[in-house]
Amino acid sequence: MSSITPLIALGQVTEPLSRTPLVIIGIYMCVLFGLGWISSRLFRGSSKDFFVASHSIGPFMLLMSVFGTTMTAFALVGSTGKAFSLGIGVYGLMASSSGLIHAACFFLVGIRMWSFGKKYGYVTQIQFFRDRFESKGLGYLLFPILAGLIIPYLLVGLIGAGTYIGGVTRGMFPGTFADGAVPGWLTGLVICSVVLFYVFSGGVRSAVWANTFQTIVFMIMGLVGFIVIAKGIGGLAEASELTRQHAPEKLVREGLMTPAHFMSYMLVPLSVGMFPHLFQHWLTAKSAKSFRLTVIAHPLCIMIVWVPCILIGIWGAGLFADGSLFVPKLPNGEPNANAVLSMMVKKFMVNPVLIGLFSAGVLAAIMSSLDSQFVCVGSMFTNDFALPLFGSERFSDTQKVWLGRGFIVFIVVITYVISIFKPMSVFNLGIWCFSGFSALFPIAFAAVYWKRVTTAGVFASVIATAVTWALFIHDALGRAAGEQWFGVKAHGEYLIAGVMPVAFICLASVVALVGVSLATKPPTSETIDKFFPVKG
Amino acid sequence: MKKVVYGLLILLAVIHQDVWWWDNGELVFGFMPLGLFYHSLYSCMAAGVWAMAVKWAWPSDIELWAESGDEAGGEQ
Repeated sequence: MSSITPLIALGQVTEPLSRTPLVIIGIYMCVLFGLGWISSRLFRGSSKDFFVASHSIGPFMLLMSVFGTTMTAFALVGSTGKAFSLGIGVYGLMASSSGLIHAACFFLVGIRMWSFGKKYGYVTQIQFFRDRFESKGLGYLLFPILAGLIIPYLLVGLIGAGTYIGGVTRGMFPGTFADGAVPGWLTGLVICSVVLFYVFSGGVRSAVWANTFQTIVFMIMGLVGFIVIAKGIGGLAEASELTRQHAPEKLVREGLMTPAHFMSYMLVPLSVGMFPHLFQHWLTAKSAKSFRLTVIAHPLCIMIVWVPCILIGIWGAGLFADGSLFVPKLPNGEPNANAVLSMMVKKFMVNPVLIGLFSAGVLAAIMSSLDSQFVCVGSMFTNDFALPLFGSERFSDTQKVWLGRGFIVFIVVITYVISIFKPMSVFNLGIWCFSGFSALFPIAFAAVYWKRVTTAGVFASVIATAVTWALFIHDALGRAAGEQWFGVKAHGEYLIAGVMPVAFICLASVVALVGVSLATKPPTSETIDKFFPVKG
Repeated sequence: MKKVVYGLLILLAVIHQDVWWWDNGELVFGFMPLGLFYHSLYSCMAAGVWAMAVKWAWPSDIELWAESGDEAGGEQ
């Protein structure tokens, strides 16, 4: 109770707060349960339908599911918080570059991966790599690395959801929970349960349906929320003027980032070319033509979601500097950037129904990524670990589906427990996760364009990535400030020689891939013929 | 035309590094910081160039190959 008093003094709450937003969120969760139930009626019961929806997804649903999957708490909660700290440059760091790089990955790599998946019946990315590089062992090496990199990605969603709901419900349950807010563990438990339900019901088909619905919800509610917040501050011009007066540094990049730092960020979006869950979404496409809409519209969809978030973030910085926005503090005394979006919503959305709808939109963005990642870890465990190890003939099709489901629950429990005990910046956690995937991207690119790449080269590249990634993340997060071996911390980021660590991790990966490939025996002509079927 | 498309994509990668208004905080239309406005336009330009790529650089050969004959995979 005592911690609520300063909030009231700042004009953030008038107790008791309406719980209507939670009722709206509850209704939204029921709609998702319904959607899961309906899509389960269409589930054909086979593992192929569970894992790749029998290659039946058309252009619009592919766009919505791919876009929804790439937008998580990172895009809404994280981007707003990062813009609060680093200003408008955050859009260029991740959003506009993603419009170019993500679409390039879909166009240059995704279509080819889809064609091999369709032709040779792959269900997971590792199956493709195993065949392409003629190595069963590569699958066993990649499986724990890819599954391990998905865990921080899942954490981004769970921590983001917990922080957002905690902020927006602050003061709703005085005396029941700390600060009267729904705790992160409860939010995480509810969203994991809902997503598990619909993913279990119909596998990737349910995920695609839910993604399409949720992507539409979060895009519409994001725009509505943006308009309401702008209006609440006094209009678009007034909101930006406040920032110009009180936090003018957030309107530029000077002093907050350097051109080298900015440029090195361009490597981060390469991660989508190696996301195993995105590979699985590519495989759901009915035809290569289904990719066309995704390639063209993806940059525009990113813009529609990110521009409002960046503006809300810099407006929040202006209001915070002015002293008219309360942002909860972290243990180190810094404002919790993850909570900026919820604080802005709480301050400027007076209608509880609208708060509920907007919050459902935020959760929609988060859950539309979690579902694909859940299905993906299940698919990888079944197809890349259990079946190669114990033999495919040992399991019936139904048992394969249940193997996947069992591993999904295992990973979700691990992630859930970590999310409760190890909260950190959603944006930074996302960047570390994406950096690992980005450094593995040269393998995916070489697999479809470079005939000379060898199994040993790929092993070397994966090991170089894993070692440099682990070394840098330990240096950045595991050592006290000022005691880093390689980099320095500036503006909340860990930089090595002024650039993001991803630049050095990618460099190590490429050098190992090319160097070792050229020094070892080329792949067999059968493999080359199989994966380079057309000239050019 | 394919070469033009690839040339435009490289140009897009170059003009992403807009150091020329790094410290310009001017507000376009009274509310949009210039750097953000430029990168929003950049997103639109990227969509335009990708539309050109789909029209003139589409990998029809690989598409035809994938859709010819039966799937080899079956129920994996």
